Amino acid sequence: MTWLLCGIVLTTFAGVPGLFCRRESSGGERLACILTLAGCVCGLIAVALVLGSGGETGLDLPWSLPGAALALRLDPLAAVFLLPLFLVVATGSVYGLRYWPQSENPGNGRKFRLFYGLISGAMMLVLSSRNGMLFLMAWEVMALSGFFLITTEEQKEEARRAGYIYLIATHTGTLALFALFAMLGQMSGSLMFPSAGSLQAAGSSLMFLLALFGFGMKAGLMPLHIWLPGAHAAAPSHASALLSGVMIKTGIYGLVRFTSFFDGIPVWWGWTFLLLGAVSGILGVALAIAQHDIKRLLAYHSVENIGIIALGFGLALLGRSYDHPLLVILGLSGCLLHVINHGLFKSLLFLSAGSVIHAVGTREIDQLGGLLKRQPWTGALFLGAAVAISGLPPFNGFISEWLIYLGAFQPLKSPTSALAMAVLTAPVLALIGGLALACFVKVFGIVFLGEPRSDAAGGAHEAPSAMLVPMTLLLIACAWIGLMPTTLVPLLRGAVVTWTGSNGVIIPGESFASLTWISLLGWLLLALLAAFGLWLRRRSRNIPREIGTWGCGFQFPAPKMQYTASSFADFLVRLFHFGLWSERHGGKVAGLFPPATAFSSHTPDTVLDRVLLPVFLAVAWFCRQLRAVIHNGILAFYLLYIALTVIVLLALFIL
Amino acid sequence: MIIRLFLHLALLLLFAPLLQGVITRTKALFAGRVGAPLLQPYYDLARLWRKGFVFSRTTTWVFLAGPLVGLVVPLLASLLIPFGALPAPISFEGDLVLFVYLFALSRFFTVAAALDTGSSFEGMGAAREVTFSCLAEPTLLFALLVLARLSDGLSLGTLLGSHLLPAWHSDAGASLGLILVSLFLVLLVENSRIPFDDPNTHLELTMIHEVMILDHSGPALGMILYGAALKMMVMGALLVRLALPWQTGWWLSDALLFLAGLTGLAVLIGVIESIMARLRLPRVPQVLVGTMLLSIFALVLVLR
Repeated sequence: MTWLLCGIVLTTFAGVPGLFCRRESSGGERLACILTLAGCVCGLIAVALVLGSGGETGLDLPWSLPGAALALRLDPLAAVFLLPLFLVVATGSVYGLRYWPQSENPGNGRKFRLFYGLISGAMMLVLSSRNGMLFLMAWEVMALSGFFLITTEEQKEEARRAGYIYLIATHTGTLALFALFAMLGQMSGSLMFPSAGSLQAAGSSLMFLLALFGFGMKAGLMPLHIWLPGAHAAAPSHASALLSGVMIKTGIYGLVRFTSFFDGIPVWWGWTFLLLGAVSGILGVALAIAQHDIKRLLAYHSVENIGIIALGFGLALLGRSYDHPLLVILGLSGCLLHVINHGLFKSLLFLSAGSVIHAVGTREIDQLGGLLKRQPWTGALFLGAAVAISGLPPFNGFISEWLIYLGAFQPLKSPTSALAMAVLTAPVLALIGGLALACFVKVFGIVFLGEPRSDAAGGAHEAPSAMLVPMTLLLIACAWIGLMPTTLVPLLRGAVVTWTGSNGVIIPGESFASLTWISLLGWLLLALLAAFGLWLRRRSRNIPREIGTWGCGFQFPAPKMQYTASSFADFLVRLFHFGLWSERHGGKVAGLFPPATAFSSHTPDTVLDRVLLPVFLAVAWFCRQLRAVIHNGILAFYLLYIALTVIVLLALFIL
Repeated sequence: MIIRLFLHLALLLLFAPLLQGVITRTKALFAGRVGAPLLQPYYDLARLWRKGFVFSRTTTWVFLAGPLVGLVVPLLASLLIPFGALPAPISFEGDLVLFVYLFALSRFFTVAAALDTGSSFEGMGAAREVTFSCLAEPTLLFALLVLARLSDGLSLGTLLGSHLLPAWHSDAGASLGLILVSLFLVLLVENSRIPFDDPNTHLELTMIHEVMILDHSGPALGMILYGAALKMMVMGALLVRLALPWQTGWWLSDALLFLAGLTGLAVLIGVIESIMARLRLPRVPQVLVGTMLLSIFALVLVLR
């Protein structure tokens, strides 16, 4: 436990020494990076010790605050969330040395590192805390540091707007959490977390809804995702990697931990998650396809992946309600493994997108192109992550989706109950997978392949090795899970046992048996690809590449003629018009000799821009009108209000 | 085990190109022509094998990764599926998901290779390919759900086991008929056949798969053609087993039955290509959604 405490303290205060360094000097950033790395290593040791011993360790210290205690626990469930956290925080901080160096950002570099450390430490505390008060404090530190990371470039209007929306969203969520923990404390008698399966779920529907709202807001489940796209787009790339890869998962952690307290979980909890997961998954990826800002696109994919996680979690909850142990195991381990996987490949995607932005200076996909020749390593890393996030073998995304698929097939065996409807998860996942593939092949193809669409893209340079090495580490982790999934089975098994509690399920031995076959076939795939690839390479080695792509007879092809992100996505965007309502401007030609014309398409967020903003604007307008009538500056009216109030109070007293 | 593996691969590698020959011959007969010899696809592959490459200066290594993955994936996927009554060499719980996702992997790289040329025609084909596939994928999953409901395992080997014959005669027969139709349509989409795509057209604007491989040449083109033939046979195996669930018990007659079924499938595709025109592009998604609805009906029928 000392190791974890060490880790938390080191990471939290990693940015503090830098505050005392000179603005222009680079000492502070090196020191911050070393402290963060040391903190992550300490945390990793703590987790390894716990997993090695097979149990859990804890720390309990009294605290003078009423109801609060410094109670920390480390169990396999927390470890699942902590492992990607350590890796992403460490790689991000090394990456930041060259991506956001102090010498290039004297104004905000120190502030950024201070809050980067704070948010990392706060997240570790959130994941290991066992006291409601401590949890909420860590939660708020995390939420507020997130705000400062998003508004790192506060001179930009876009960052300020994104930060403002984030602040509103996160505080609304926290409000629900305050109510939740107050009710939880009342139910269990203290603010300490109750042990798994110790509370009866009957009568706790309100608590479930509060948790769903508060934690779902952080996780970015579909109608509550409003803050996510803007925030991830505006933050520097390694902060986006941390926010999207790890921070939103604290919402999932909250939901998983909260539901673990209960026994006799009602059926509708699970169905709610399946429904929300399907909506988040399909609409998230559909909105992503319509984007042409690379970081906004990746942010929408976080919504999609949270949807996949929710699908797995919903299956696990249904398994609890219907007493179906195999469903619990497959659903929950798929959900938790996807939490790890998404943390890895999404941060890799954000980091490699950052490397592109660093080299070219724009986030517009339609300004890029041909980067694989100029940034071969970044391109290859992005390709690996794109294959992984599309859920394709032999990478890690496939393993977690495979577990969820297998879970989705289980209800077929008990067709009489309503549970059979849960098999619809499988086709929904297939649709999400197909759309994600379309989206990532689009991003990779438009950004890295073809000819550069702008001069800046043509003059791009490869990222320095300080940025490439952390990214490579993340890809290795992705490939590891994809090719050797059996190494993670003990961790997942432990987490499932923690979640179900003592009165939980017995894990059948054969649940994960097929993973050996999958890893074998993964290696076989790689071996075949390598063998054929080497042969193809040898055979095509001395072929000159000196002619242009065949233009179907047209003699003057130009880079502008290539397919763009918008044109690639157009077919799908039209199919999903019912959920996207994309705006299209211009592009009409008239007459035999049409003049030059412009076309633009834009897909605003369905919930934020189409529903919430108009509603809030209407409410604000109404309140302004009301104020103009009531608060009209005439003294006599104010006296009248006081008199009326007194009369009403008097009437109340008498009655 | 080893002998079975070799038999499986030999059947696949030797027989697959013949299907293309059968389709072409059928179409020729319908048009009143003599047509190319049945073995023409083999001659084509041998000729492409001997040729050299031509590369555009825009392309990178991804351009060759497309044909590479397109050839390796059907090879690997064939190990998971039984060829008629001959059992699959590799079979484990949940391999059906791997089967579906392996083909998605090959699609990813085929489309990436198309985008690598920087040609807007190939971009057009790529966009259509991903759009239609993501509409076809749920249908495939619905069909697998129906099959999984009727069997007691989650591997393709058990899904296509000997219980299919009694299942056809039971109440589930209607469901099997429905998914047979929807799987056939999925096969046509995935293998770029009429009415979804026209493999013979020379008008780039209307094509899907052919336009994505416009710039490939020599052995790479050969790998694509061979990979496409293998893919057709592997996906056809699913259909043939479903339609002809008989089991003779002797491996040779089983294999012959399977090959006869595949030939019948190729003839059917040829007939359809002769008597139908290509659908207009905006109609294709409608047909695919209709197919998905058919498979949903099939699932509802077995779940009731």
